[in-house]
Amino acid sequence: MTRRAGLAACVLLLGVTIVLGLAIGARDLSWDVVLHALRTREGEAGEIVWAVRIPRTILALCVGAALGVAGALMQALTRNPLADPGLLGVNAGAAAAVVLGVVLGLPDGDVPRLILALIGAGLASALVMALGHSLILAGAAITATLTGLVAGITLLDQNAFDHYRFWVVGTLADQTLDLLRYAGPVLLAGLVIAVGVGRVLDVIALGDDSGAALGANPARTRLWGLTAVALLCGAATALVGPIGFLGLAVPHAARLICGARQRWILAYSAILGPLVLLAADVLGRIAARPGEIEVAIVMGLIGAPVFIALARTRKVADL
Amino acid sequence: MRRPAVVVTVLLATALVLAVVAVATGTLPIPLADLWAALIGDGDRRTLFVLRELRGPRIGLALIVGAALGAAGALFQSVTRNPLGSPDIVGFTSGAATGALVAILVLPAGVISAGAGAVAGGFAVALVSVLTGGTGRRLILVGIGLAAFLTSVNSFLLTRASITEAQNAGVWLVGSLNGRGSHLLMSAILTFALLPLAAWYGRGLTILEMGDDKAQSLGVRPDHQRLIAIAVGIGLTGAAVAAAGPVGFVALAAPQLARRLTRVASPMPVVSALVGAVLLLAADMLAQRVLTPQQIPVGAMTGFLGGIYLIMLLRRRTRL
Repeated sequence: MTRRAGLAACVLLLGVTIVLGLAIGARDLSWDVVLHALRTREGEAGEIVWAVRIPRTILALCVGAALGVAGALMQALTRNPLADPGLLGVNAGAAAAVVLGVVLGLPDGDVPRLILALIGAGLASALVMALGHSLILAGAAITATLTGLVAGITLLDQNAFDHYRFWVVGTLADQTLDLLRYAGPVLLAGLVIAVGVGRVLDVIALGDDSGAALGANPARTRLWGLTAVALLCGAATALVGPIGFLGLAVPHAARLICGARQRWILAYSAILGPLVLLAADVLGRIAARPGEIEVAIVMGLIGAPVFIALARTRKVADL
Repeated sequence: MRRPAVVVTVLLATALVLAVVAVATGTLPIPLADLWAALIGDGDRRTLFVLRELRGPRIGLALIVGAALGAAGALFQSVTRNPLGSPDIVGFTSGAATGALVAILVLPAGVISAGAGAVAGGFAVALVSVLTGGTGRRLILVGIGLAAFLTSVNSFLLTRASITEAQNAGVWLVGSLNGRGSHLLMSAILTFALLPLAAWYGRGLTILEMGDDKAQSLGVRPDHQRLIAIAVGIGLTGAAVAAAGPVGFVALAAPQLARRLTRVASPMPVVSALVGAVLLLAADMLAQRVLTPQQIPVGAMTGFLGGIYLIMLLRRRTRL
């Protein structure tokens, strides 16, 4: 199977998942009803499909692509197969910044939330990269510090605590598309930078010295890559809250299908990210009817075993 | 006098001075003369009450919990050969939080206490970490993965509860000494029972740090040693967590500071325990006083200070 055909198959699979995402939900609607509602926008079913399920699916597509690509970028830039925006504390940085904004009484709203999340993600990813080679440990340290700090502060303030406990569980439910107007361009900018960086990632993967000898500029690539990661993760977290493990698992799945070429991994990740996220979301809707499980929890259930399997099979020196 | 002995003496003196300051100051200051009178059993009732019921147990608990965590951290760091190999990082802390949340929010009231739930959760996660990750550096990685997952489980549990219930349970996300004085006796017994074991197996670990082959030729069984050391470390962590909940970073910072103070490279669980005791007492005093009349949980204080320390540690050493 060529890489192109594989990518086309993934897109097809994504299409199937989108259909499932539209058809399955808390309310049991038959296929006919969903199809009719899609065409006519009429009645209660039309309301459910157009006002709830379609926005939710669009969000899943945007956020999944962002986190998948961010994960692939991070793994390539750090040459660490366990790198993930969640594990490296980038999502925690975004979440902590938003909650601190509430505690400090900054204006609450979509745009301030987006800006705070971007600042938090940027600071956390810069910090984790600056701390050196042991990224997973640095990320764990940053996450632990931020969660401890925020938990301690929010325990004193019931309003902030209430805000916080819902904010820290990433979910696609009950979100609106309002913020996407502002977050969308940010995501797009991140993706564009990722594509630009993707061309030199293969050269960088050989090592900084060999990469430089082949005409690449590792430091500049890393800076741009970092910018893209911060933009993608910050915007994704502002949209739906922190979601871990997606950025970890998706690039590995991509590598299994298409091999070690970084540009292909990025492309596959951009398709597989939404696919996995949407599938996890649908799973969360089915698993706990009539309620549902937040997508971040489902991702954790899927991702933690993947992480442990990777940590067990890889040579420790590589991690 | 040898340097470690000097360090131990200084640490004991520091702990004593801190304890006296902690007893004597606060919303109701006690003059030193009254304090002495109360100690020999002849003070007024108010002073006696504050001493025996409020400040005494709290200070005792801070010292015991700090000591248990410090010793546990020394064992963990030596086994994993990593300055970050502490019970926090191998998932014990998040497991403990999950256990406490399950005990408070999911199980019917009174089945098990939050403290027992915390210990059970911490043990379960540590067991999974050791079984899937072994005892080397992989243990840390697996622990971090589990911790990341459990953090989202904890958040999930909190979103399913009413706000008052959630806020009560949320205290167990970070360790706290507020109103936990009644746990003093149990924690003290466990800690004092395990400390000699920690000291004994700490010596075996020193030999292991020369490398497994050399240790084997000296008659030490590496895997056996490591497993027992981890078991003792987990027991000590359990003694601390049952009383105070998951207090972060003490187990991480204490062994490092102990190493620097004694200038001895080998793990010294006892010195590390003393450092931990002093650290936690100081952190708790700060946590009680920094935002008076609000008392922030000591775990938030250690998390904040420990995080800064950890970042400094990571900056100085590029390879951990």
